Amino acid sequence: MRALDHKLMRDLWRIRGQAAAIMLVVAVGVSLLVMMSGMLQSLRETRLQYYESYRLAEIFAPVTRAPMPIVERAAEIKGIAAAEGRIRGAALLDMPGQALPVRAAALSLPRSMTPRLNNLYLKNGRLLTPGHMDEVVVLDSFAKAHDLALGDHLVATMQGNRRAFQIVGFAAAPEFLFTTAPGEFVPDDARFAVLWMHEEALAAAFDVKGAVNEILVSLERGANPQDVLTKLDHLLDRYGGQGAYERKDSMSDRFITEEIAGLSATSVVVPPIFLGVAAFLLYIVITRLVQAEREQIGLIKAFGYTDFEVALHYFKMVVVIAVLGAAMGCALGLWGGRLMAGIYQTVYHFPFLVFRVEPSSLVTGVLTSVLVASAGGIFVLRGVFRLTPAVAMRPPAPIDFSRTGALNNRLRRWLDQPTRMVLRRILRNPGRIGGSVLGIAVGMGLSSAQMSLMSGFDDTLDLTFGVIDRSDVAVSFFEPMPAETVNAMAHLPGVLEVEPVRGVGAVLRNGRESYRGSVTGLVENARLNRAVNKDMSDITMPSQGIVLARALADTLDIGPGETLRVEVLDGRRPVIDVPVAEVAETLLGAPAFMRFDVLNGALGEWGRVSTVYLRVDASEMDALYAALKDMPTVAGVTQREDARAAMQKLMDTGAGAMRYVMAAIAGIITFGIVYNAARIAFGEQARDLASLRVMGFTRGETAYVLLGELAVVVLLAVPLGVGIGYYLSFLIAAGFSTDLYQIPTGFRPDAFGTAGVAVLLATVVSGALVRRDIDKVDLVATLKTRE
Amino acid sequence: MAPLFAMPAPRVGANGPNILAAPAWSASLWRRMAQNHTFKTEGLTKTYGEGEAAVHALRGVDLEIPRGEIVVLLGPSGSGKSTLLNILGGLDHATSGTAFFESENLTEMSDRALTRYRRDHVGFVFQFYNLMPSLTARENVELVTEIASDPLAVEEALGLVGLEERMDHFPAQMSGGEQQRVAIARAIAKNPTVLFCDEPTGALDSTTGRAVLHVLNDVNARLGATVLIVTHAAATARMAHRVIHFADGAIRDVVENEIRQSPDEIEW
Repeated sequence: MRALDHKLMRDLWRIRGQAAAIMLVVAVGVSLLVMMSGMLQSLRETRLQYYESYRLAEIFAPVTRAPMPIVERAAEIKGIAAAEGRIRGAALLDMPGQALPVRAAALSLPRSMTPRLNNLYLKNGRLLTPGHMDEVVVLDSFAKAHDLALGDHLVATMQGNRRAFQIVGFAAAPEFLFTTAPGEFVPDDARFAVLWMHEEALAAAFDVKGAVNEILVSLERGANPQDVLTKLDHLLDRYGGQGAYERKDSMSDRFITEEIAGLSATSVVVPPIFLGVAAFLLYIVITRLVQAEREQIGLIKAFGYTDFEVALHYFKMVVVIAVLGAAMGCALGLWGGRLMAGIYQTVYHFPFLVFRVEPSSLVTGVLTSVLVASAGGIFVLRGVFRLTPAVAMRPPAPIDFSRTGALNNRLRRWLDQPTRMVLRRILRNPGRIGGSVLGIAVGMGLSSAQMSLMSGFDDTLDLTFGVIDRSDVAVSFFEPMPAETVNAMAHLPGVLEVEPVRGVGAVLRNGRESYRGSVTGLVENARLNRAVNKDMSDITMPSQGIVLARALADTLDIGPGETLRVEVLDGRRPVIDVPVAEVAETLLGAPAFMRFDVLNGALGEWGRVSTVYLRVDASEMDALYAALKDMPTVAGVTQREDARAAMQKLMDTGAGAMRYVMAAIAGIITFGIVYNAARIAFGEQARDLASLRVMGFTRGETAYVLLGELAVVVLLAVPLGVGIGYYLSFLIAAGFSTDLYQIPTGFRPDAFGTAGVAVLLATVVSGALVRRDIDKVDLVATLKTRE
Repeated sequence: MAPLFAMPAPRVGANGPNILAAPAWSASLWRRMAQNHTFKTEGLTKTYGEGEAAVHALRGVDLEIPRGEIVVLLGPSGSGKSTLLNILGGLDHATSGTAFFESENLTEMSDRALTRYRRDHVGFVFQFYNLMPSLTARENVELVTEIASDPLAVEEALGLVGLEERMDHFPAQMSGGEQQRVAIARAIAKNPTVLFCDEPTGALDSTTGRAVLHVLNDVNARLGATVLIVTHAAATARMAHRVIHFADGAIRDVVENEIRQSPDEIEW
């Protein structure tokens, strides 16, 4: 090893604390890059492969009842590659030891057991045996949630008929990556089941012999899905077509698309912040090193080393730190990626999910960090070139503070000398101070924005279940029920209060803009299921017209006074025109509200009810469930506590978990900057500090001169961080918000407080580490050396 | 030896002669005045390291330095003179023996007490000035006057070193000699009982060096501070009241100058 390389090793060892802090920042940046880009690629590929291998339909067309031959006719539509028909029905399952029935979707399998589209991935057991009408295959994730075993029996109620089925197989399917009960938007493995059974069995149960009620379609390459949708709707219209929709509009696919989008946005924004901070840190650390070693540099040059050789020496240091940090980051990223892949696989029920990182993304990670870090180093190297050997012979000139100027008299009275020292240093290095302030502020902003979002989610939960839905139980029906149902419900055991809701699936249309959603009819002065504005005030249901959520009104490009076309998808499928009465600032989803009687009036169905919300005496809950289970018209029963738990779970896994990680690692930035800034300030001021001690300043007074600068940096950074965090939280919220859920944002003192405390804590720890060094200073040795 | 009960030279503070102005015309002051020495050591040793690697910087130093004198410590590198200066200045701890500043035992003091001692009684001047680059000449002096109990006026301290005109300049705007004079002004501004100078002219040319010695001489004469100078330059010894020669960690001899030379007469 050459002498200069020995020096390199020893120098690195000497600044190991700082080097480690920088490596950590690089490592976090690179690990996020590796982890997220790998995860993104894995998710995209897995989804694509899964969809293709199991031939997931690209268009779904629900219909009331269409004769079998319609499938062949659909297949002839231009642009359609293959079509398949199936029967889909709703069922309620009695789960042993559980009073509350579980909702299920029952799907038909053709006699061949291999549908042309939407195939099953059999995980355990076997498919159905011809002729055995009592066999079912059950969705694997549901079976796991309930500890079901092959051979177990399930009792299902379909159209009011109870039947027992034997489980012969467990399967997963690409259309059920995420399972949600109809009408709910929170997935929950335990509360929604999918059953596959013989076509004949389902046809009998739902009285659709020789017919189907769902058409699945795959497209030819290059086909225009819009054209196909239109033609399909036209074809199915007379059979009660409920509006064909694309795969991307299905719940399951929407969830994973959103996850991918969120991950992609994060992977673009966050790693560069870490790498940028690392570059800045390298810049200030190496600058300090070159300053401190300028005599050595002069000497080395005097010996005959070229500028280039000397510059290379310092450049190597940058590269070593960057490469080591990046290597650590790659290892961390691979490890974290595997961990994350495990989480994703459980949440999304992929049959396979291999976290694979292309070697190229590792190379990219390392190269990026080296390049970015070098950018910081290059500036420093100019200083190395400028130094001449003669410098070594001259005594060090004091740093020139004259341009920071004299203080005016008023200031002079207020500031003691140590404070002036702090201020002048800050004024002399505005760039470095500014960089530190900005870096810490961005780190804190990132952290507080993430935490702000987390508490936003909690607020959403509280709002949904504390303000909007104050019922204990929600009961939904297969068909809209007549008004007497409300009365009947009131007489069920334990029911204290009943509130009806009418909801219809509909396509809302304004000119070319359309949205597939629903219209909800609420009674006046609703108490159990309310519509509220952002400020928690009730949305009053108008005596005519419809109230649209802001997001929905924006999507449809419509405002109050204009007329909205509502193409109802249920029942007789009327098309009605209603005026927009109001655009409401709702918090959740993209709802459209009408008054209960106004909606029913427009539909021509007086008093019809699709869901009732109940307040129930807790002691009679089981009796109520037993009664509900025996009502053939009941499609589903939701307990508020279950729904809340499911939503909490959703927020805590996947993207939710990622947010916790983000908040934690944002703190690393602060530590990296504060610790390095403290070390450098100490290095530059060691002599000054020793002089102060010799003059009789106490340790505390001396530490003030050193740490005062940091205190100012942090005090400037915290408010800036709050500002950045505030705007960042809006940005991220906008990125994550969809019409499935909108993330409430705003100033959240708790989030900013926590982030602020994290910054201060990191500062105190760094300060304490450096203060230990002050106490160890050999006063005499420091003062007798020339720097 | 100086007379046993010699009165110290009058000390001039910012508010006039401080003996009368001092709030504590007290027992402790009486005790201090009763001492005829500033420093007194007995069997002072200092050893760095242990065992075979041990370096004996001081091997039992017995010494008495009278008040108000200029004392020059001479000797080759490693003879122990700087070590003695550091112990007397409260910058280092002795290994064994005692060192008294007036009636207080420095060797028994805690770090906190030593800091207090430096703050109240000691001025230091180093070879490399050690000014705060971020403070002007005036502010460098104020650094000390702000924490001292009985300081000189800043203008007076800078006036003593002849830098009234350069008070608002930063160190980077001054020559080496000027910087050293600011360092001296800073050291004397607290009105120290004792002034320690470690190679004060080491980094200066002869003209500037002589000017600095002049200042030290003045400070001694006008403030009555005891001045200890460690130096290689034997010629400096001629301006001292007393010259202590060091060799191998011990005092070789002590010479009292019958006739002191003015710094102007000293050949460089």
